[in-house]
Amino acid sequence: MLAYIFKRILATVPVMGVVALFVFLMLRLSPGDPAAVIAGDYATAEDIARIRENLGLNEPIVVQFTKWLGQLLQGDLGISIFTNLPVTTLIAQRLEPTLLLTLTTIVFTVAVAIPLGTLAAWKQGSLIDRGVMLFSVAGFSIPVFVLGYILIYVLSIQLKLLPVQGYKSPFTDGLWPFLRHITLPTITLSVIYIALIARMTRASVMEVLQEDYVRTARAKGQSEFKVLMKHAVRNAAVPIVTVIGLGIALLIGGVVVTESVYNIPGLGRLVLDAVLKRDYPIIQGLILLFSFIYILINLLIDLAYTVFDPRIRY
Amino acid sequence: MAEATTAHPPVLEVRGLSVTLPKGADRKYAVEDVSFTVGRGEIVCVVGESGSGKSVTAQTVMGLIPRKDLTPVAGETLLQGEDLLKKSDAELRELRGVKMAMIFQEPMTALNPVMRVGDQIGEMLEIHTQMFAAEIRDRVIEVMKDVNLPDVEQMVDSFPHQLSGGQRQRIMIAMALALEPALLIADEPTTALDVTTQAQILELIKDIQVRHGTGVMFITHDFGVVAEVADRVVVMQQGQVVEQGTAEQVLKRPREPYTKMLIGSVPSMTPPKRKPITEGEPILAAHALEKVYGASGWFGRGRVVHAAKNVELEVRRGETLGVVGESGSGKSTVARCIVRLIDPTSGEVLIDGTNIATMSQAALRAYRHDVQVVFQDPYRSLNPRRTVGQSIVEGPMNFGLSEAEALKRAGSLMEIVGLSAAALDRFPHQFSGGQRQRICIARALAMEPKVLIADEAVSALDVSVQAQVLKLLDDVRKRFDLAMLFITHDLRVAAQICDRIMVMQKGQVVEQGLTAKVYASPAHPYTRLLLDAAPGKNAFLEQKTGN
Repeated sequence: MLAYIFKRILATVPVMGVVALFVFLMLRLSPGDPAAVIAGDYATAEDIARIRENLGLNEPIVVQFTKWLGQLLQGDLGISIFTNLPVTTLIAQRLEPTLLLTLTTIVFTVAVAIPLGTLAAWKQGSLIDRGVMLFSVAGFSIPVFVLGYILIYVLSIQLKLLPVQGYKSPFTDGLWPFLRHITLPTITLSVIYIALIARMTRASVMEVLQEDYVRTARAKGQSEFKVLMKHAVRNAAVPIVTVIGLGIALLIGGVVVTESVYNIPGLGRLVLDAVLKRDYPIIQGLILLFSFIYILINLLIDLAYTVFDPRIRY
Repeated sequence: MAEATTAHPPVLEVRGLSVTLPKGADRKYAVEDVSFTVGRGEIVCVVGESGSGKSVTAQTVMGLIPRKDLTPVAGETLLQGEDLLKKSDAELRELRGVKMAMIFQEPMTALNPVMRVGDQIGEMLEIHTQMFAAEIRDRVIEVMKDVNLPDVEQMVDSFPHQLSGGQRQRIMIAMALALEPALLIADEPTTALDVTTQAQILELIKDIQVRHGTGVMFITHDFGVVAEVADRVVVMQQGQVVEQGTAEQVLKRPREPYTKMLIGSVPSMTPPKRKPITEGEPILAAHALEKVYGASGWFGRGRVVHAAKNVELEVRRGETLGVVGESGSGKSTVARCIVRLIDPTSGEVLIDGTNIATMSQAALRAYRHDVQVVFQDPYRSLNPRRTVGQSIVEGPMNFGLSEAEALKRAGSLMEIVGLSAAALDRFPHQFSGGQRQRICIARALAMEPKVLIADEAVSALDVSVQAQVLKLLDDVRKRFDLAMLFITHDLRVAAQICDRIMVMQKGQVVEQGLTAKVYASPAHPYTRLLLDAAPGKNAFLEQKTGN
């Protein structure tokens, strides 16, 4: 098991290498002079020359890559072109809101979707089941920003229950303000994943309920509720965990939109601003970060399988 | 009827039970007007082919049938005098496990794969008693010892996949007996097990039933098993009881033609006389064939399994070689190596003199049609979305036959296997299991093979159908002068169809010879063990002459 984890972590090295190469080439191979691209439409020739010098673009490409990689390995992601701040500093500043929003979203999604899906599978064909399925279809269909604005309008503006926008840190502003501010973004972001995971849970639990060992449990005189909890749900877990993992990976896209709608100063906003301003070092840094997180999540999912299913051993 | 039970009322009395099937089924009742009793300390075998209603009867007693689809409409099922059909779900739950318990066919799937076996047995006590955790564990260990499991202290914490099939079935039995129920329902409990394991489990059930005085309702399709365990026998057909009586009566002096047919269909352990085939070059041969699984990875300590070890075999045209062995013996590995579904680790596979063991996939293609396989499960070996015709013509068309020619060939083959050419447009689900296996045979023959491999080809079939398909296989072997490799775990079946027999154990061939000779005087102790374990060997079934 430890050997497996070690092997997997070792295997991330070449993957991250390929990502790094891609990220490096992204700027160098884009059409035109990268310095001119970075300098923008109104730059003078001197500006461009200065940028080229700063970025080391006059050197051979292999030398450039080696230098860049060397910096990367020391944790230096470069300097943002517009703010002149190190990319690592910018990311560090924005990390907290995004991480916490992702966390609350995962917790909320799992807490709602799995019981909902299980209930639907158990009462298959009933009104509950149809309700869950209807919610799923709706959840898939409503765009994140539409849902966000509807929620703001109803809960914040009309009912005045929750703040409209903004972010409060649980560490500096306290837990209660944090929760009040994070609630709407969390719901907004969760809906599509609840729809996805509830459906997956329903399908998975329904399949498990056909299994012989469920019949065995009933033959023991076990109550239906416990049959569901002790025997069905855990056996249904592996495909559900897979989807949760994929969902987290896909969450990034939703985070960008959600953070814009609710004006949360997180990584999503940083991505958006960097793309709009073509701030390449930031974009590069974020791609590397997200790739790394993605690989890490995949490893965690694979390890989670062994927790749920003793037959899976690495 | 209940001569042994005069002092006690019967443990189970089923009286005039009728259960309806959902609308649109091929008949109205799953079971109709079924009556029988199970006395204390008595094993009653309910025998029948698939669709006879024997499992529905058992599950109705247990209250495990979905009442929406299968509704009991008449009769009573009295457990120690109480009518189970009148009980609420909650009352039934109270009785399940306490007064009646059930064991199932597939020990592989009947246990929860993610729960420790000890906990699964303990669950029974958790539900129905107020015992503390430590007491439960002690009792679990006690019942596990009672079913003769080894190393119980360790095994109690293992997961089902770490145990063998026989051990899992013992776990199931331990679970069922944890609360000493009056009635034990065993639904084909040994069907999925190897014959030596089957013999042990049957012995265990008999032993426990005597020691605890349990009444056992034993469901099976296998008359060999009936002969081993039954005190009384109930024969079912199409949801109705056709005959019942003591084991002696039903097995030796069956009254009903259906019972006679069922008993007559059980293949005899005595091989019929066959002329040994000594002429002609072997069309299929394997020399020093080896298959090794599991190599060491980066971090060493890979477990190496010799699935097949130094296997030598030769089959001539028109000859059937039987490969018999239990699960894990390597018989299927050998078959798969010969078809090159898996690559042999070393050795030669000669088809008509050409070594295909190490041939590249591209070069192999030309030889693919020479060896064809009929697999075990006719329900899964035909693509449900394609018509039977499409399935049969696919192979020949891959080898350049035009669709019209291929269809013509398919049509004539359908006639040969006893189906109509008009059925080519139908889908697999419109056929019965036996018919599907006929289709699989036609599909294999469509490739005009030189070698036909039957991998447990009749094992999933009812005994009456099995006899017919066996006859068909023998017919096509003669008609097309095929070399046949017949892989089976069933020694009765092997006796009837094979010219020669090869016995495998743990990847190695332990004995090889003419069928009649091997059965009459087995040389290897393992062969003897297998022959002794075949159920019903010493009973009535050997009194009739072979075939």
